Amino acid sequence: TVEPLEYYRRFLKENCRPDGRELGEFRTTTVNIGSITTADGSALVKLGNTTVICGVKAELAAPAADSANKGYIVPNVELPSLCAERFRSGPPGEEAQAASQFIADVIENSQMIVKEDLCIANGKLAWVLYCDIICLDYDGNLLDASVFALLAALKNVQLPLVTINEETGLSEVNLKQKNPLLIRKHPVATSFAVFDDTLLIVDPTAEEEDLATGTVTIVTDEEGRLCSVHKPGGSPLTGAKLQDCITRAITRHKEVKKLIDKVIKSITPK
Amino acid sequence: MAAVMAVESGQSRLRPFSCELGLLSRPDGRATFLQGVTPSVLAGLYGPVEAKISKELPDRAALEVLLRPKVGLPGVLERSREQLLRQTCEAVVLGALHPRTAITLVLQVLSDASLLSCCLNAACMALLDAGLPLAALFCGVTCALQPDGSVLLDPTARQEQEARAILTFAIGSSERKVLMATTKGSCSVEEMQQCLAAAQGAADTIFQFYRDSVRRRYCKS
Repeated sequence: TVEPLEYYRRFLKENCRPDGRELGEFRTTTVNIGSITTADGSALVKLGNTTVICGVKAELAAPAADSANKGYIVPNVELPSLCAERFRSGPPGEEAQAASQFIADVIENSQMIVKEDLCIANGKLAWVLYCDIICLDYDGNLLDASVFALLAALKNVQLPLVTINEETGLSEVNLKQKNPLLIRKHPVATSFAVFDDTLLIVDPTAEEEDLATGTVTIVTDEEGRLCSVHKPGGSPLTGAKLQDCITRAITRHKEVKKLIDKVIKSITPK
Repeated sequence: MAAVMAVESGQSRLRPFSCELGLLSRPDGRATFLQGVTPSVLAGLYGPVEAKISKELPDRAALEVLLRPKVGLPGVLERSREQLLRQTCEAVVLGALHPRTAITLVLQVLSDASLLSCCLNAACMALLDAGLPLAALFCGVTCALQPDGSVLLDPTARQEQEARAILTFAIGSSERKVLMATTKGSCSVEEMQQCLAAAQGAADTIFQFYRDSVRRRYCKS
């Protein structure tokens, strides 16, 4: 389009978007759980064209000296040059690093996994969960897709039973007996783009993100508590507008929770 | 000329803070922001200067924020904070008046506790000192939600550790809208709105402080 901003404004005036969505409507969300067989847990999430895959790899390590009863969770977001033309190969750029930090904050704030649960033997052995989130197709709203993929992948994790042999002091891994990970909270992110300082649109595409004057991401858990309110600069908003965002985020949480429960039910063997 | 002043914490329960403009000699805008007792953040702003071809933007100035921690090299946390600070500054700087130039803002953390709100205040003071055209001012306010549910403004490092949740806001001077928000820990929606209201109340004190310190800098004593 020649005048993209003007083109968008015409649509937004009529309360719809060029792709046919209403302002508060998400793109079609699909989730595939357990797509990577070599990982301990994995999920592929699609939000319209945006595709994010998350693989969780579990390793054993000694806990840190100052927190002897805690395991580790290491999230990492990758934006390879494959996913959009503006990313270059090489060390992670600012956006990838900021996204990694955001995911780490969400895990910490929501307490979806309590790190004490990952400890096997106090001060000796604990699980390290490497959560690699890779974007395959970048069409906006990376954070929502990443948080969803992470949650779905963690729900899929099966950890083998590990015991410490008291005589030898060595760890023994029983690969036949696997247990799922205890997920205590289910955080779900909802992102908004701010158009012309006033209009809020849900689930922005890459084009909408570029044209927008700011973004807001709200993460809520199933009790309606806020795990994160992330507004990295951009257009100023009033408290009432933030409240609107939170209300929409809470309804989105119900939709996502329903979807994830349905998918997990469909893959569990009866 | 250096202007130093401190504001006693009144009803808004902010710790006394002070700033010093014009401490460094080379940058175009410079500010030190002190919150509590120890010096916290030193800011230097260069620009608008000629931009590198790769970073040049045809319609506005390219803003770059560098955040240096007290010890060691900047890591992922610094990177994500740089992004927050940059996008907050971009919202107020009238960059369209200086197309194809670069503005670099360097923030050096001087204390152990590097409150994000302190960085925001130092950044805004540096923008003011450089005399860049701005659409509005902004200030950073940190709120801590204590275990008993009460809101504490501008917590110390120890209070921050005990808190259930920490919310940092950047409040704009026009209509006291929220420019930036970030949270640590979880809280209910009502608690968030309560913190926001407290932050908006404290913003007036900080904007008055900005005005006083700039006035001191430019009047001959």
